[in-house]
Amino acid sequence: MRASRLRAVLAVSAAAALAVGLAGCAESQRGDQTQASDRTLIFGTAGEPKVLDPAFATDGESFRIARQVYETLLTHEEGGTKIVGGLAETWESSPDGKAWTFHLRKNVKFHDGTDFNAEAVCFNFDRWYNWSGPLQNPAVSGYWQDTFGGFAKNESPDLPPSKYKSCTAKDTYTAVIEFNEVSSTLPGAFTLTAFSISSPKALKENNADQVTISGENVTYPEYALTKGVGTGPFKIVKWDRTNKETVLERNDDYWGDKAKVKTLIFKTISDNTARRQALENGEIHGYDLVAPADVPKLQSAGFNVPTREAFNVLYLGIGHDNPILAKPEVRQAIAHAVNRESLVKSKLPPGAEVATQFMPPNMDGWSPDVKKYEYDPEKAKQLLKSAGAEGATLKFYYPTEVSRPYMPDPKAIFESIKADLEAVGLKIETVAQVWADYLDTVDQATPDLWLLGWTGDYNEGYNFIGTFFGAPKPSDFQFSNPQLYEALKKVDQEPDRDKRIEMYKEINKQIMEFLPGLPISHSPPSIAFAKNVTGVKPSPLTAEVFNHAEFTS
Amino acid sequence: MFRFIIRRLLQLVPTLFGLSVLLFVWLRRLPGGPETALLGERATPERVAQIRAMLGLDQPIHVQYARFMRQLLKLDFGNSIQTGRPVTQEFLERFPATIELTVVAMVIAVGVGIPLGFLAARRHGRWLDVGTVAASLIGICIPVFFLAYLLKYVFALQFHLLPTQGRLSAGLQRTDITGFYVLDGIMTREWDVVADSLMHLMLPGLALSSIPLAIIVRMTRASVLEVLGEDYVRTAEAKGLTEPVVRRRHILRNALLPVVTTVGLLTGGLLSGAVLTESVFALNGVGSFVKDAIFYKDYPGLMGFILIFAITYVLVNLAVDISYSFIDPRVRVR
Repeated sequence: MRASRLRAVLAVSAAAALAVGLAGCAESQRGDQTQASDRTLIFGTAGEPKVLDPAFATDGESFRIARQVYETLLTHEEGGTKIVGGLAETWESSPDGKAWTFHLRKNVKFHDGTDFNAEAVCFNFDRWYNWSGPLQNPAVSGYWQDTFGGFAKNESPDLPPSKYKSCTAKDTYTAVIEFNEVSSTLPGAFTLTAFSISSPKALKENNADQVTISGENVTYPEYALTKGVGTGPFKIVKWDRTNKETVLERNDDYWGDKAKVKTLIFKTISDNTARRQALENGEIHGYDLVAPADVPKLQSAGFNVPTREAFNVLYLGIGHDNPILAKPEVRQAIAHAVNRESLVKSKLPPGAEVATQFMPPNMDGWSPDVKKYEYDPEKAKQLLKSAGAEGATLKFYYPTEVSRPYMPDPKAIFESIKADLEAVGLKIETVAQVWADYLDTVDQATPDLWLLGWTGDYNEGYNFIGTFFGAPKPSDFQFSNPQLYEALKKVDQEPDRDKRIEMYKEINKQIMEFLPGLPISHSPPSIAFAKNVTGVKPSPLTAEVFNHAEFTS
Repeated sequence: MFRFIIRRLLQLVPTLFGLSVLLFVWLRRLPGGPETALLGERATPERVAQIRAMLGLDQPIHVQYARFMRQLLKLDFGNSIQTGRPVTQEFLERFPATIELTVVAMVIAVGVGIPLGFLAARRHGRWLDVGTVAASLIGICIPVFFLAYLLKYVFALQFHLLPTQGRLSAGLQRTDITGFYVLDGIMTREWDVVADSLMHLMLPGLALSSIPLAIIVRMTRASVLEVLGEDYVRTAEAKGLTEPVVRRRHILRNALLPVVTTVGLLTGGLLSGAVLTESVFALNGVGSFVKDAIFYKDYPGLMGFILIFAITYVLVNLAVDISYSFIDPRVRVR
């Protein structure tokens, strides 16, 4: 081709590309002139959900979607941690804590038009209780096993007997759920999204329990991957996997505050920076898990970055199988050596605070009177000397390629603590591992020191300290403290929640005396919205429901 | 020719077998497993053991491998641990995105690279030539993700010309036929989908094309320079043939032989999914799946995708070799 013809071809194709591009621009801008109540809200997420059926879910993204579509008997108040009624208006428990009566909300319908009532509640609970075969595997029924133990017919000797006994529909709107033993997980467990109430008709018609495991393969039923019929303010339209979008639409028959937007789309953008840029470019209207470094940038650019209350804890784990660390003075020295104030101010997002104990302040049972360990490097050095541990070498592990809500930047936090420990004469051997391997390593009690944390599932102290210290000899901490173990066992079996709150306060004091590890901080994961989106109250449990979200322009 | 093809295809078998054994053993020897990625902080030793038992990961390795091979013979790569769906389904759903990206990147690389390389050689020593060589050096050296962010920053965030991520604007209605959005849009005459999807391909395509473009420019230039020194070119010019004829019939025909091979190999390489580009631009292609699969220790997913890449790469190589024998009459395939 002659050079001039070549140039002509290039010019024409450039013009064509430009024309196509402008056409596309014109199309997308037309959408913004629709009425506010017909708008589409696009929310960016860090990962795809695993399943749409919350009964099989264990991950935050699956729950995020489920929370818009389904509801639970009880829930936490919007933007807070207080347990309030959800699908149940009021509830009470028997004095022995084994029978729970729920007075259900009337005139609530599932998305398929069927009625929500006590029969539906019992259908759901019995569905989970009667799971058999592959459904009894912890990868499939993790939350049920964590909360209630085993099933009606345990098929494996590893499964404990079930704490759940039965559910009875006393009348159309009264459900009584009975248990074989008292557990501190109640009533908190009734707020867990995994125990959302699905339409019995939809479950039956769609073979919702058809999970198969053949060799290594877990196959979920189509219902769990494409549909979901709950009572919530949004209905599932589709899960578009190739585009990594989950599309929901407003439920116009919702019993509560109907959604202010017509369509709600959750779009997965795994790269943090790409997600932020999508918000800056107007391609999404909000996203969760904002990197702490991006928070001030977004705020100064005018975006809404409301602060969530933290409902988590980050701690420095200490391995008691190392004889040096088994000495209480050494652990106390470590506590005095770490400058937690400065760490919180410099490495964590705004709203973070130093942790004085192993649960956050907005948890019932938090005590203001626990023993505090002030930053005092001189005292730390003295304690180390008196324990004969000056200059001791400790293996300090931290995770890489991960960002947890309670630990947004593990490396930075690690470096800060390491520096503090070295300043009092301790020698630190660093080991960094990728997250998945790291968790294994911690479980096998390999590190002397490690960083880990927990985000609360519901407002119950045992969810934190029971998870950490509830075993006779925790596999990671490797200490044996019969007093603490007995105290935790007792609180777990106490049916009266108010009594439990008092007991937690005492146990927290006990824990901070013993100092099995060092609580570091409570750090709120940030959520960001476009300048013209309001209405969503940030929840400490990252449990936002989007029915109040609206566009102001 | 036929025997040649059959022989090459048969060579696939031991290659794949060896590859699968290596992968299988390596992956499972890595510490940590899918269960910790699945459970996170909720992992207790008992729970981990239960999941490993369910996934058959507590069996000796040759038992696991035997089971894997039995399934493979039924063309069943198993289910992805991340998503719970068949690996082949995951691949087929994501392949179109990677193909679209690869096509755009190669169209840019070839469409700009060959003419530019030719012109640089023709004007050897002049500023176009020098500039092209320098630019191609930069093109190869710039990290793709850096270029990707740079392009995003300039074209999307500063000038709001193009989108920053995805294959399509969220919520845009489309009809799925083949999974190739541009093609489907054309077939169903949904022109807004065509336009929108092309706009989403511009920046990632540009970023991904940087390395192939640089390589093709250099290869073309070098090859053309070599051909320009040949007697037959001088003869053609001396005969009085016009420049376009000389260019087409004598220079390019000969110079492009090595370039064709390179283009084939580059395309094969790009097809394994540009992991970084797909991540930065949030494109749901095979590369981003592999990245996630590594994190989740999704053994079936990784095995399946890597084996499919191997097959694809071998087939692309085979196609390049065959095409070579058609383009260059001096090469005979035995």
